[in-house]
Amino acid sequence: MRRSLLFIPGNNPAMLQNADVFGADGIILDLEDAVTVAEKDAARELVKEYLNTWEFGATEVMVRVNGLSSGWLGDDLDAVLGDKLTAIVYPKADLASLRELDRILSELERRKGLAKRIGVVPIVESATGVVETDAIATFPRVGGILLGGEDFTADMEIVRTREGAELAYPRAKIAIACRAAGIDAIDTPFADVADAAALERDARVAKSLGFGGKAVIHPNQIEIVNRVFAPDVTELRWARRVVAAAADARKKGLGASSLDGKMIDRPVELRAAKILERAAACGLGGPDDEE
Amino acid sequence: MKNDLGRDVPEGFRPFRGADASTTEPHRLIPAKPAVEKTVFSVSLSDVFDRLGIRDGMTLSFHHHLRDGDFVINMVGAECARRGLKDLTFAPSSVFPCHAPLVPLIESGTITGLVTNYMNGPVADAVAAGKLKRIAIMDTHGGRARAIESGDLPIDVAFLAVPRVDRQGNGTGCEGRSACGSLGYAVPDAAYARRVVLVTDEIADAVAKPELDGRFVDIVLEVPSIGDPKGIVSGTTRLTRDPVGLKIARDTATLLLRIGALRDGFSMQTGAGGTSLAVVPYVRRIMVERGLKARFASGGITAQYVEMLESGLVRTLKDVQCFDLDAVRSRRENAAHEGISASEYGNPFFAPAPVVDLLDFVILGATEIDLGFNVNVTTDSLGRIIGGSGGHADTAHGAKTTIVTTNLVKARLPIVMERVTTVTTPGEDVDVIVTERGIAVNPKRPDILARLEGSGLNVVPIAELMAIAHRMTGVPVRPASRGRIVAAVRYRDGTVIDVVRQTGR
Repeated sequence: MRRSLLFIPGNNPAMLQNADVFGADGIILDLEDAVTVAEKDAARELVKEYLNTWEFGATEVMVRVNGLSSGWLGDDLDAVLGDKLTAIVYPKADLASLRELDRILSELERRKGLAKRIGVVPIVESATGVVETDAIATFPRVGGILLGGEDFTADMEIVRTREGAELAYPRAKIAIACRAAGIDAIDTPFADVADAAALERDARVAKSLGFGGKAVIHPNQIEIVNRVFAPDVTELRWARRVVAAAADARKKGLGASSLDGKMIDRPVELRAAKILERAAACGLGGPDDEE
Repeated sequence: MKNDLGRDVPEGFRPFRGADASTTEPHRLIPAKPAVEKTVFSVSLSDVFDRLGIRDGMTLSFHHHLRDGDFVINMVGAECARRGLKDLTFAPSSVFPCHAPLVPLIESGTITGLVTNYMNGPVADAVAAGKLKRIAIMDTHGGRARAIESGDLPIDVAFLAVPRVDRQGNGTGCEGRSACGSLGYAVPDAAYARRVVLVTDEIADAVAKPELDGRFVDIVLEVPSIGDPKGIVSGTTRLTRDPVGLKIARDTATLLLRIGALRDGFSMQTGAGGTSLAVVPYVRRIMVERGLKARFASGGITAQYVEMLESGLVRTLKDVQCFDLDAVRSRRENAAHEGISASEYGNPFFAPAPVVDLLDFVILGATEIDLGFNVNVTTDSLGRIIGGSGGHADTAHGAKTTIVTTNLVKARLPIVMERVTTVTTPGEDVDVIVTERGIAVNPKRPDILARLEGSGLNVVPIAELMAIAHRMTGVPVRPASRGRIVAAVRYRDGTVIDVVRQTGR
């Protein structure tokens, strides 16, 4: 589950020490934009040692590497690739660079004798990336797509607003492509860490379009994002009643059932089942969660 | 001699035999100070010393409501030094870094005894370094009141800083340019010291709500200034924005809800430390969501509690000490913001019951906590004195549920350990520890454990918390402390719960 993915600068030991305590579903150790050029090698070493020594429990661990054109990609991957890592987060993704990334990863996996194949979460943050989203979503290794709102608006030479109307198209495009490919759609981070209400609104917009989670840049954003992307009480209650009504109808030998005067057909029942499944994965579903 | 926790007890002191051991003993109470015939007004400290015949070997007491802005203790110390007095005992309710000028007096033998509830800064360092001739005594806030009222701590003269005094000698802390709010810690001194001197920088025709009664005041000494307002109270107590502290605070509020501590009419106290205080807004949110109101909040009062009083979420504040200017204003203006004395707050023998005994829960901090749930807030892990109980042991014993909040690892040091350097509060009085990597419940509270089942909170045995910390930091090597005993840490009943030994230097 990837409701919340927390970015942690790869060169900050104090933040790394606490990266896994805030309840984020995953952490993204950043070697790219959060790390200045002079710190690149130190961050790479620190993240490597951190991955070797730390126990992460149920928290998923990814690393955002520097892109192909930086010249650091090979060194980054060589340093961090190992069994604890589930995925590489790859910036400014397009098909050409993903092909090269796949080639390097395959070679490193062979050389290091890794047991499992490393996944890739490309960041779609350019006009080209958005255009190529359908193909990126079905590219080998890709298990999810992260939208990068800041770089996308910079590439488009448009203003990034609080309301985010300019992201409506890439959001819809990514959400649909990811659903079609059966992978995770992860929304862009919300930059104003002090405004909890605006973060919640932004996350709800993403959820309404079909995103399953959101990247966060501050631990204090995690609780809100986890809550938004978990089923809420109303959804949960509705889903339980739908499943119960459908089961009841089957027991009585009826083909169709209804709830509050509305017919429950197959898609409705499937959606309800998915909500319950997600609730269980989020640790919800106990009687207390109905309060 | 060893006490029940296996800790050393110096000769001449009684050993700690459990938190409830003293309840079977009869409560001793000395007669309170008789009223004076006429309160004298003076403008000379030297004149006060002459009138009261202050001499070698006496005990002089002070309160700490002016905190790190206090001028009065240093003023009196300087007069003692000027007169060449020797072998005095100073008994301030707390000692702060601003009291550094007492260090040379300790070195010269002017001050050879110290009785206090908390010390931090150069005086604490001097005590830990073995410079004080006698063993310093570190009480709790309630224990100090008990010691004064029972005659265990006889006070010859109390020098009490008071922000405003009227012409009858009545004093208040809520008015005046050095206003510090409630004077709760000074009340036992004012009632039981042989002689009482109010030291003020403002004399008025009348004070609105006197906290100290002029009928028992021997002398009012007017001085140019009793303190530096910047050090007395902070503008507003700031809440932590540290995400680890906030996570601990959030989990603590969830835990309080799950164990049923947040019911209509509950009572609460939080320490003024960043993480403890950060629990307040989360509790507030739950109260608003569920329409709950608290009966009272007590202790050191901050702006957060004033806001809850003013918005009707808390019915009464029981204030022994104000921590910020909002609290001072509220104490002055709001009748529901009551002042309480140190005795009413935490004296184990206060009848019918001290406020701490009425608490549903208290949230406290810790410098160290061990596998027996014993808490240290007196020394750091090198044995340096960095604080003391204050109200820690009082509230931990009194409250129905005592929760300690702390980071599991601070500055690369594991906070949970096999055995704390110094015991301030016994483990039998501590119910839960909340850290960023898990929550441990004292096995003597199976009721709490049962209520946390299925709560989603990460509840683990305390030994597991230590193991998690050790996996991160390695097992620290602790310095062995073999120096002479420099301080006796007394539990609220006056028994010695632990000692502090001289730091190697």
